[in-house]
Amino acid sequence: MSEVKYSKEHEWIKLDGDVATIGITKHATEMLGDIVFAELPEKGSSVEKDGTAGVVESTKAASDVYTPVSGEVVDTNQAIVDDPSKINQDPEDSAWFFKLKIKDPSEMDTLMNKDDYDKFAKETSA
Amino acid sequence: METKKTSLYQLHQDCNAKFVEFAGYQMPIQYSEGIVEEHKFTRNHSGIFDVSHMGQLFIYGGEDLIKDLEKIFPLDLKNLKLNHSKYSFLMDKDAGIHDDLIITKTNEGFLIILNAACKDSDFKILKELLEEKYKMVLDENRSLIAIQGPKSSEILNDVINGVKDLNFMSGNLFTFENQKVYITRSGYTGEDGFEISITNDFVDQLTRELINRGSKLIGLGARDTLRLEAGLCLYGHDLDKDKTPVEANLKWAISKERISKGDFIGSDIIIKQLNDGVSKIRVGIKPEGRIIAREKTKIFNQSDVHIGEITSGTFGPSVNGPVAMGYVDNKFSKKNTKIFLEVRGKKHPASICSLPFYKKSYVKGVN
Repeated sequence: MSEVKYSKEHEWIKLDGDVATIGITKHATEMLGDIVFAELPEKGSSVEKDGTAGVVESTKAASDVYTPVSGEVVDTNQAIVDDPSKINQDPEDSAWFFKLKIKDPSEMDTLMNKDDYDKFAKETSA
Repeated sequence: METKKTSLYQLHQDCNAKFVEFAGYQMPIQYSEGIVEEHKFTRNHSGIFDVSHMGQLFIYGGEDLIKDLEKIFPLDLKNLKLNHSKYSFLMDKDAGIHDDLIITKTNEGFLIILNAACKDSDFKILKELLEEKYKMVLDENRSLIAIQGPKSSEILNDVINGVKDLNFMSGNLFTFENQKVYITRSGYTGEDGFEISITNDFVDQLTRELINRGSKLIGLGARDTLRLEAGLCLYGHDLDKDKTPVEANLKWAISKERISKGDFIGSDIIIKQLNDGVSKIRVGIKPEGRIIAREKTKIFNQSDVHIGEITSGTFGPSVNGPVAMGYVDNKFSKKNTKIFLEVRGKKHPASICSLPFYKKSYVKGVN
């Protein structure tokens, strides 16, 4: 299993073979506040790198969720749709959003590692 | 313009508030526990809201003032008992709403609580309407806090003895540290509670004493979800100059005695609308499922005709689901009417429902 990578839109992605698991970062959940609604892409649909692939809403506002890489949606996490508060509780593990069969592994190279992302998150929220 | 801070700013900071700019003030939107927890804590226990940004307008006068105010507000102020409060609105001649407010009869005249964003313009309008006959003070030296929720009466009474005997929508003068405080049993959350007007120098100490007894500071975020669940309007969203009190479904707040005479600002339109009906009206809206329909969401009927717009919409933590209100064509305003809400390009089913979403628990007959 590869290391976890991060996007500028505050998604994390973990690659296992050619299947990537994607969710939103803890930093993103802290900025959003209490998440009360989640909408996920349809299973079997194709998503393009940096395109929208879902929505999360807090009590305050709605935000798009983007996919950091292209691929076909092979699985979605119904548990976070049924209980969106799980996203605040465990964003970078059990509250993953969707899994993709990725199209182009080289797209992973455009993303940040943990140290770079932490730095980015700190700078952009300051 | 530099943003203003309330006298509780330091306390908000000490409680890890996240601030937003609201009506020219730095106000706490939430604290570390977040909107959902703060909302539930208010419903189950007791929450303190800093509403010092709101206007506290004192108008001094006697019988003449009552007569002049009755030309402005659709209220029977002559028969309003001392220290009793009424919800009302400042209207223009077309019955469009400049502001909604709470007016209380005091032994020196009236105290009117105004929305923060409207208070300066309200002051000008009222000064002009009253032709500068009366002393009017938009008091910047007093703070206003609300304490709301089922434990509030016990907690506040422990600090200021006697408040638990106040009835809903009535008030009185009390003392705290030899300071005069004016307290009314009122609020805007759908819970039993109090609003406390106190000098800026003592509000921090009073608030800390309430926190020490188990109440918690609650931000504007939860204030919004609480008032929406309670079916209460927010000025600038659910009410504005393009809407009348009849359209806003607030005719309960218009005195029947005054309607028969009809000599207040906007009365021609109000009476006409009460007799002939209105074309649009404010309703409660319950989306099916979990989809949240926010302000400006378009509303459609079952034949896909655009029939209105959402004016407030969020997730209601106590209802544990989405809640909204909006204005629809009167023909589609009946309870349980099926409608559709356009969110992110897709139409989602919803229905018209009665308000409030969350049942009130006001204290009515203490005495």
